[in-house]
Order: sequence, then structure tokens, then C-alpha cells
Amino acid sequence: MAKHLTAKQRTERRMILMSVIAGAGTVGLSLLGFVPIIAAAAKRLRPPGALAEKSFLASCIKCGQCVQVCPVEAIKLADAGDGFGIGVPYLDARTQACDFSCDAVQCVLSCPTGALTHEIDKKEQVHMGLAQLTRPNACLARKGEGFKGLARGADFEGTHRYVEIDRWNPIKIADHPYDLELCDLCVRECPIENAIKLEPMSDDPTDKRRTPVVQEACVGCGMCEMICPVEEPCIEVETRKMWGTA
Amino acid sequence: MNRFIDSLRIMLGGAPHRPEKEDFTEEAAALHRFKQTPEQKKLRVAAIKAEFEDKEKSHKWRNLRWASIIIVNLMFIVSFHFDVQLVEGALTASRFVGFHMADLNSSLQVVLAHKEILINLVIGTVTVALVWWLVGGRSFCSWVCPYHLVAEFAEKIHLWLAEKKLVSDHEFHRGMRPALYVIFAVLAFVTGYTVFETISPVGILSRALIYGASLALIWVVVLLLIEIFYSRRFWCRYACPIGLTYGFVGSVSPVAVRYDLQHCLHEGECRKVCMVPHVLEMTKKQRATDLKIDIGADCTRCGMCVDACPTGALTFKLRGTGGLL
Repeated sequence: MAKHLTAKQRTERRMILMSVIAGAGTVGLSLLGFVPIIAAAAKRLRPPGALAEKSFLASCIKCGQCVQVCPVEAIKLADAGDGFGIGVPYLDARTQACDFSCDAVQCVLSCPTGALTHEIDKKEQVHMGLAQLTRPNACLARKGEGFKGLARGADFEGTHRYVEIDRWNPIKIADHPYDLELCDLCVRECPIENAIKLEPMSDDPTDKRRTPVVQEACVGCGMCEMICPVEEPCIEVETRKMWGTA
Repeated sequence: MNRFIDSLRIMLGGAPHRPEKEDFTEEAAALHRFKQTPEQKKLRVAAIKAEFEDKEKSHKWRNLRWASIIIVNLMFIVSFHFDVQLVEGALTASRFVGFHMADLNSSLQVVLAHKEILINLVIGTVTVALVWWLVGGRSFCSWVCPYHLVAEFAEKIHLWLAEKKLVSDHEFHRGMRPALYVIFAVLAFVTGYTVFETISPVGILSRALIYGASLALIWVVVLLLIEIFYSRRFWCRYACPIGLTYGFVGSVSPVAVRYDLQHCLHEGECRKVCMVPHVLEMTKKQRATDLKIDIGADCTRCGMCVDACPTGALTFKLRGTGGLL
């Protein structure tokens, strides 16, 4: 068959074949974005107001306007390793939590597509996840110990707004030493009212030991995870966990 | 109207046809005949020879354009790093002094994947569509897109290597771009993910410029290597759905490059520099069906041909304003 074709026809055929290959290659490469989704390797903590994960990935236009408005620079954009989640915002609470320094969920207001749903306008309405006491045995309060010094060391870059120091501007946590008789950092720095409490561990009034108990009001912002002075934090946010679920 | 449909057909990958006899206006036919007389042929050869003797290349439009790409992208970068609220966001979606802007193709992907429409997105999309309709559609590609700029440098290297016979250009079928356009639209709708954004070099590059380097830049580098060593301007010519979206917008745009048959000596300089030379088919001998023709929808209004044309036969024009501008 092929020998009946003229040279021009052969070149043309070759070009079309190459185009099909190149096109299929391009589509194939883009579909590799499925892999991290299926593997669900990266269970990311999303900014306040994020829709359910699948809708969130679909509706996010990957522009980073939420990154730009965050006063504590908590929001990062995911890289190619997140597949279809490339350019989608996430937080790493341990490095920099959302502490609602902006007061008015600025990231939600900045979102052009409603991937961060415009239905919420107060920090109390946010639901990013729930804090969990993941390493209770290491918890200083549970051991009845105090805490003196810098919560995360002198090199820690994370910032937090201390209302009593500066109502408007977050400062470095490394610039704010503590001297606590009993460590209550997770409760002390929690930006949500009644989201976490310290409860006694026994009926004995001389027993100093207290345990942090997460309440229903917890929004999963990760402030407790960031401020926990124990290396490998005792308390961590479980992404998208709902109150009352296992 | 016929020419308009033909320009869309060519943008979608169709090969330009040699025009039929009845397509030519009387004036154009007469001018073509006149240019074919032995006397005129001689004059033409002499004129071209003279052109190449005192050849001083103009780069006016290219320099303006490079300035535009750099300034626009710099505005994004500066807005973020110095917290001046000028253009917040990235090229996929942004706020220009508070006003919503959204890239048409990114919006399309989001709407198809999410299957809901948000009012801010509509505002941003309509604004952007209007802006780019006004200034020429694919002018987005050549006047704003950061990938276009780096691809131009890759193209220079490619042409330099090609001149040394170290590489050669491999053409692909331009029908690949509309095919990819449809495939990515269907994929967004069916999977519910913005699949194209995973490999969009425009989004990747824009975000990397603003928010810092990313691993995804490897893909941009791979594309540039393909363009240097294998196929000239591969992504912009044969693949990018964003270019096609803006091509549709620009098909009815008032800003266009206009071809003037009377001034043309058919040297072919314009087609050599053009990223989409199929839009310049009428500059070949005996092809222009009218004395003046506006270049078709796929034209990026980059002005390379305007710079390259030795006789000023190609110029930027505002359609519908007569001789006003």
C-alpha cells in the first residue's frame, strides 16, 4: 500500500501521525495529575471556607489571591506533585497556622471563584478540620510541667498576632518568650473562643496535671499545632475531620 | 463574511486555499496582472535588490511588545512583594485595582469542572473578553503571556541552530490545537478536575514568577527544549488552547494588521518571522483577493511582520474608523 503514496503524501501522513502522538503525549502528561489524587498522598489542610476537596480542586482557579491577602502568609500554593491540585492553596499548620489575624477571613473575600465559599464571613464559621491530641504522653500540661523560653526556638519563622502586644500586626513567635508555670500554649493562643480547654486529670486538687480537651467550636486552624513547644507536636489538626466522627 | 469564516477555518487547522478566479475584486485582479508584466517584474527585482543593500531592521513593535510583557508581569510581582494592590493574583485570575479579571480559558476549565457559575467569575471573564476583543484577541499571547517571551528566546536559539544546520524544524498538524481544546474541555467536564491547568505553561510560569520557583517549571523547560531542538514554537503554534480561546475573541476585533497589496513586493520577509504564517498566505504572489486585507483570527498582533516588511505593506489598523487613525 505505502509504495503507492507520493513522497508528499508520505510526509503528510508522517506529520499527522506525529501530531497524534504529540497530542496524546500532552493529554497523557496532563492526566498524570490523577495519580496524586488517587493515591490521596497529600491530605492538605485547606484555607478557611474551602469547599469539599473534589469541588475545591475543580473550582479553584489557581491564582493565589488568597496567598496575597493572608497577613501571616500561612497559605502556600501546591506544586506539580499535587497533580490536579497544582497551584491550589494549602496550609502547613506546623510551619505557619492560620491565626485569623485578618479578623475577617480575607482569603475567603479574595477568592474570585467561591472555591473558598463566600457563605462564611466569620472565623467561627470556618471548618478546616479538628485538632487532635496525637501525642498525649509528650504533652507538658499532662505531665504537670511548665514552659519557659521560645515556643519554637529562635530560628522559627512563624508569626502570630498577639493582641496584647500589637492589635494590628503579627510578630514572630521567636520574638515572644514565655514563662508559664503550667504549659497552656495551645489554649492560650487559640484564636477561637471555647475551642479548647485544659481539664484536670484527677479529682485531687493538688494534682497540677491538666489535659487539653478539644471542643466542638474548634475550626481546625492549626494554631495549637504551630505553637506546641514539644518537638513532634502533641496536638495536630486532622484535615476536614468533622465533630462527632471517628 | 466569507473571508471571516475562512479565517476561522484556517485557525482551526485548515490549510489556506488558493483563491478562485471569481474571488478576486476587479482592482485586485488588475493589479496582479499589472505586477506580472515584464516591465514591472524587472522593477520588482531591482527594488528588492535595493532593499537588501541598505537593510536596517526595525524592532519597534517587538521592543514595545517585550516592554509590555515585562511590565504586565512585573506589575503582578511588584503588587505581591511590595503589597501595593495594583494587580493581585496571577494570570489565571486577578484583581486589577480591585476589579475582577479572569483568564477566559481558566474560567472555562473551572466552570466545566465545577459546573457552577459564580458572579465574580462572570464579571472577570466578561471584562477580560471585552478588553482582549478591543485590543485584538491573541494580542494576549504576544503582549502579555510570559511563556511567549521565553519561547521567543528559544525560537532565536532554534533559528540560529537551524542556520548552522544543527537542527531542523518539524511541523505538526495545526488541527492538533482545536483537538486538544475539545479534549481538555471534555476532560474538565467529565473528570471534574481542571486537567489542563496541570500542564498550562502560562499558569505555571505566571505563578512561579509571582510566588516563587516550582517543580512544575521542569515542564516549561521541556517545552522550550522541544522548541529549540525539534519544532519551532511548538506550544504556541500547535497546542495551546488559551491561544485558540483568544483567537476566537480576536476574530471580530477592531485592532488588526492590514495588508496592502499595492505596496507589497512579495519578498516573503513577513512569513519568515511570523509565528502563525498561515495567516499571511495573501502576501504570496497572486493570492490577495482584494487591495487591502485584514489579517485573520489566528494573528497575535505581535507586529513582527510590520517590523519586517521592507515596504510598509503591513500596518496596524483600527477597523471601522476609516482614515481617522
